[in-house]
Amino acid sequence: MREKLIYLFSAVAMALLVWDLYRVFMVLPDEANQGAIYRIIYFHVPAAITSMVGFFVAMVASALYLISKNLRFDSVAAAVTEVSVVFAAVNLVTGSIWGRIIWGIWWTWDARLTSMLVCWLLYAGYLMLRRAIDEPTQRARLSAVLSIFAFVDVIIVWKSIEWWRTQHPGPVLSIRNGGGMAPGMESPLWWNLLALALVAASLVLLRMRQEGIRRELDALRRHAHAL
Amino acid sequence: MDTRNFMFMFWGFAGAWVIVLLYVISIAARESRLRKELDRVRKMIENREN
Repeated sequence: MREKLIYLFSAVAMALLVWDLYRVFMVLPDEANQGAIYRIIYFHVPAAITSMVGFFVAMVASALYLISKNLRFDSVAAAVTEVSVVFAAVNLVTGSIWGRIIWGIWWTWDARLTSMLVCWLLYAGYLMLRRAIDEPTQRARLSAVLSIFAFVDVIIVWKSIEWWRTQHPGPVLSIRNGGGMAPGMESPLWWNLLALALVAASLVLLRMRQEGIRRELDALRRHAHAL
Repeated sequence: MDTRNFMFMFWGFAGAWVIVLLYVISIAARESRLRKELDRVRKMIENREN
């Protein structure tokens, strides 16, 4: 079942991405001031939303692990966090390239950029913590606590463009009452979000399969020590 | 299409996909390592039990 879902999600994601790239490059009108670079928003924003949703799922799975002590929730949290860190990196890199053209600088210590970088560092720390602890239940408990605390920063990232008016543009999407994009220009962004979410879901399923192998390996090692 | 800043846009899209591609390669490499390790431990247990 999991294998079929991986293939299904990947195939639908690829079809959506091809269709969306065609729309982004061939159908959408030009933006008056920014030139071609404005099209980067069609990856920058969906990558950010994908990563934030992933961090939310990881936080919920971590809380469920602490309540139930079921290691499957820990596997979900680990898999989702790792994939979300990748999409957060995509968000930071594409944002930096956009900033180089629009602001003339690769980076600035603005509220949104800084909180997103801190978010990436926190979850990268989560992944390093997991590598540093061998004992599965201790690893699961400590990383679950870190995941729950780290989610506070995700809320700060989300709200930062409303709380502080610094260099990053304010809300532009209609769901946040931004009104900064024409309706025809916004819809490809949501389709791209669906495509990236499906790519992320495929990667999470692949990682969860690996976590299953890792759990089996841990159990066999304990068995081997007992012999 | 307006071609101002086209190269920066190209590198932005390329950078995004390179990051995802590198991650997919790392997942494949880890899976291969894990399966080899799983086979090794299984054989070790079989040898001990026999």
